[in-house]
Amino acid sequence: MIRRTLGLFCIFISAALLLCAASGPHWGNISAKDRNRTNPLAARPESVSAGALIYKENCQQCHNADAMGDGHKKPPLKSDRIKSATDGDLEWFLRQGDLSHGMPSWSRLPEAQRWQLVAYLRSIQH
Amino acid sequence: MIRSSRYRGPKSSRLLPALFIFALISALPTPALHAQEKPYFVTYSHDLEEPGNLEIETKTSLGQPPDSHRYGALASEIEYGVTGWWTSELYLDGQATGQESTLFTGFRLENRFRPLMREHWINPVLYIEFENITGADKNMLEVVGHDGQGDLAEPNAGTRQEHEHEAELKLILSSNLKAWNISENFIAEKNLGHEPWEFGYALGAARPLRTLGSGKPCVFCLEKFTAGAEMYGGLGDVASLTLSDTSHYVAPIIGWQLPKGRLSFSTGFGLNSSSLDRVYRIGWASELPQIGTWFRRNGGTR
Repeated sequence: MIRRTLGLFCIFISAALLLCAASGPHWGNISAKDRNRTNPLAARPESVSAGALIYKENCQQCHNADAMGDGHKKPPLKSDRIKSATDGDLEWFLRQGDLSHGMPSWSRLPEAQRWQLVAYLRSIQH
Repeated sequence: MIRSSRYRGPKSSRLLPALFIFALISALPTPALHAQEKPYFVTYSHDLEEPGNLEIETKTSLGQPPDSHRYGALASEIEYGVTGWWTSELYLDGQATGQESTLFTGFRLENRFRPLMREHWINPVLYIEFENITGADKNMLEVVGHDGQGDLAEPNAGTRQEHEHEAELKLILSSNLKAWNISENFIAEKNLGHEPWEFGYALGAARPLRTLGSGKPCVFCLEKFTAGAEMYGGLGDVASLTLSDTSHYVAPIIGWQLPKGRLSFSTGFGLNSSSLDRVYRIGWASELPQIGTWFRRNGGTR
């Protein structure tokens, strides 16, 4: 009986710890080191067109071709929030995703392609 | 549940479901092209399906045990991204063995969960699966316990009678380092019919051949290819945790991202006498993006 109770207690504690660890990434959590990074591919003229293709292949299905989102859960990417974010913020967010709110982690893309995507996102802000 | 090739029903009974499936697939939204999916056949990485997307994948395995007939096994998979941290899958398995029969060998239901919402050096994923298959299944989606080539050489007539209800747990650990993905899977499988826990492993590493996007729509660009290798095998059971008396394979893999899907190839080389000499695998995956939204839009329930 005691072993069973202890087992249940351990499961409960583990679940609680996992839930604590499971809080999604927020812009406020970005380290200064990540935030202050600049896009190493920003000066390359082909970065925007490459980023546009990566956007079409991976992001457009949720955020739409005009990057205005779906008006519900999928937010627009032409926004003050994106405009005010640093390159480092954007790359960090792409890498982390926000799994609890439906945004996948794009760590599966090579870092260079994430930077190309950042260059594209910058280019569509007006 | 088991259907033999010797069965000859009316042609229309098979044609109509096939036409229905073809019509359904044709009517669905155009498959998306997705970059950098890992071409693993046995190993899982921490990549989950994007929420709302449905992936249809087939994994074909071809082999020939010594002194037995050639076989081809097909696992058809439907994978759905339920949330950002939860992916659910259904597998339907079958196989055809030369000079024997063609069988439906069962189904598998699996779920993968990411307990940690952030990206770390090592990202854990918890995997839980229920299998309802027969002993004739030859898909080798994992190797556990003392699985060996002898199991694949037994005639279908006998193995189709063995019904296995199994639970499988995996701890998936996966890292994206630079452009590499490195994944380790630890497998524990339990036949629910009072048999001991069996263990296995799968390791994989893969990398796109070019990391920088070219910016041009292309089919043969290097960034459309991912190459790597995986290694998998059994680790015995509770009574004898061992690397011997079980099979082990190492398999170079290559994946090619095409406009309508992903094609993968692998040749597995057996590493000991319990393993097959070669296992050839071919995979095809196609993704239907935001399937739920599509149904809501076309069903008018929104």
